[in-house]
Amino acid sequence: MNGIARLLTKLGASVTGGIARLGFATRFFVAILRLSGTTFARPQLLLREVYQAGVLSLIIILMSGLFIGMVLALQGYETLVRFGAAESMGMLVALSLVRELGPVVSALLFASRAGSAITAEIGLMKTTEQLAAMEVMAVDPIARVVAPRFWGGVISLPLLAALFSTLGIYGGYLVGVRLIGIDSGAYWGQMSAAVDWKYDILNGVIKSLVFAVAISLIAVFEGYDATPTAEGVSAATTRTVVTSALAILALDFVLTVIMFRGGAG
Amino acid sequence: MNKKIIDLWVGIFVAIGLAALLFLALKVGNLLTFSEDRKGYELEAHFENIGALKPRAQVKSAGVVVGRVESVRLDKKTYEAVARLHLFPEYQFSRDTIATVYTSGLLGDQFIGLEPGGDTVMLKDEDQIKKTQSAIQIEKLISQFMFSKAQETPAPVAATPTPAAAAPAKVATPGAKP
Repeated sequence: MNGIARLLTKLGASVTGGIARLGFATRFFVAILRLSGTTFARPQLLLREVYQAGVLSLIIILMSGLFIGMVLALQGYETLVRFGAAESMGMLVALSLVRELGPVVSALLFASRAGSAITAEIGLMKTTEQLAAMEVMAVDPIARVVAPRFWGGVISLPLLAALFSTLGIYGGYLVGVRLIGIDSGAYWGQMSAAVDWKYDILNGVIKSLVFAVAISLIAVFEGYDATPTAEGVSAATTRTVVTSALAILALDFVLTVIMFRGGAG
Repeated sequence: MNKKIIDLWVGIFVAIGLAALLFLALKVGNLLTFSEDRKGYELEAHFENIGALKPRAQVKSAGVVVGRVESVRLDKKTYEAVARLHLFPEYQFSRDTIATVYTSGLLGDQFIGLEPGGDTVMLKDEDQIKKTQSAIQIEKLISQFMFSKAQETPAPVAATPTPAAAAPAKVATPGAKP
């Protein structure tokens, strides 16, 4: 009886703990938005974070985009050629990249490359009591440390996703047109006939913007909420990557249902 | 890291990011031709059946794209499909133009083909194309073919009076018994 009671207490504690964390995260998000004025008043802080999150992620994003585009073209050709529709490869590559793969894969890469770095940095600042020292000096750590990193991520990811899709389309061009020998006019023509700038591209940008807010919030929150020990920071970093990945995929499903339900039109 | 160098790199990053967005919008998503579409004029065409024609499908004349399908709806009184066509301003068509729903390739998209007639009066904005030809439905085509085949085969059977000759024909087409 005692054991069951303990088990129930544990279960209840984990549930209420999770809900309390969600509440704290929401309060934290509101605080970031409220204190963002300082970030934009001091653009030097923001630029540093865009550099850390965006510029340093360029190589991995560009290389992944190129290779994913090339693989898409190769795999797409295998299937399309059975239906005698190899000319539609441009459409296949562009639509898959712009609608799905561009926003989602670049968000997953961004979460593991930049999100984990943000969590580790803020977590270590908390562990070494730098955040507490700031509060002593009457500097709000949310305004000085957290908000610039949040906005740096929100600005960087949509640009990275656009670069990812562009490089992917170029990779598809390299394999489809140069290697396999599809007509280059058909590649670009079918692409621009099928892709609509509002329906496909704008929705893709909105997707990556939503992912950017989710990843950045999870990253700064996990860092700020980390247990101030070495294990705590490492656990928080892991949680950032896992939670971000799940959030991206779940949000992607919801957004796709909202945006692309009911086919073209 | 030097502030100047960070500024430079962030500038480059934002510039190429925006360039990529612009490339996607203009080259891939044909934003330019889409905005061009707004000029031009609109026509309506009534079809008995439009098959799988969708909005944004192409309107072609002699294989050249001359416009796009704006919308497709059903006429409430006549139960005909009404397609609204948006044509580019540089192309004018005579009043007796024939509009036909075609399919590009066997599995391709459907589009509307316009064949101009000889009339000297041109179609204007909000005019209706009088002569139309519906989409070919594969199911209808196949059923027509089957039906005509089934009608054809008993003919030689009826022509030959001997039952011996009729017997193998009966076996060949068991479904074609009168």
